Amino acid sequence: MIRVSVDPAPIDLASELAGVDELGAGAVATFTGIVRGDDGVTCLELEHYPGMTEAALCDLAEQAAARWSLLSAVVIHRVGPMTPGDRVVFIATAATHRRAALDACAYLIDRLKTNAPFWKREHRGLVTAWVEARAGDHQAAARWADQSAPD
Amino acid sequence: MRVLYFAWVREQIGMSEESVDPPEAVCTVADLAEWLKDRTPGHATALRDLTRLRAAVDQQFVPLDSTLGNAKEVAIFPPVTGG
Repeated sequence: MIRVSVDPAPIDLASELAGVDELGAGAVATFTGIVRGDDGVTCLELEHYPGMTEAALCDLAEQAAARWSLLSAVVIHRVGPMTPGDRVVFIATAATHRRAALDACAYLIDRLKTNAPFWKREHRGLVTAWVEARAGDHQAAARWADQSAPD
Repeated sequence: MRVLYFAWVREQIGMSEESVDPPEAVCTVADLAEWLKDRTPGHATALRDLTRLRAAVDQQFVPLDSTLGNAKEVAIFPPVTGG
């Protein structure tokens, strides 16, 4: 099962996970990204490219599912305005064994950061600033290209 | 061709999309950005430094030197920052 969603609604962990751990997998790994309130951030806004975003997330989920023989891959990204403490992204992967589930989950969040059309803007009170891309994100995404699929 | 802008590119240009009909000499995404610069001061500001820009042609990420071909939709935006 592959499921992706790009939605301004809050991410409900229990409902997103419900379908994943009912498939008889031996392992489920999840990643939740949460808006940080450091440096005085009062609001985080996520803009995206409707249509292309969903296709890019589906593409990543299908690549992960094929590479690690996943039973399930779920990628949920919230968009619009959020406040510190809100969940911005949720990923769940289900596989027969833990290594595949954990690696696929890490792959999906690393690749999502560089391969899906989202843009973040931070608000600090009335001051807003677009977030700059980080070189470390590209290194994290690139490491997956250097590794072959697990046996 | 439809051209879409996102994030600060959209803000500086002052619109999220427009319909354009570039001349034949405009072959690549970079050519298109150069050509669009003349439209308004906002375009000139947003598209001034191509190294700060990324692009998609028909909803696929592409390098700026890729050719437009028969593209229906081109998007120009800053490096992505999701997750």
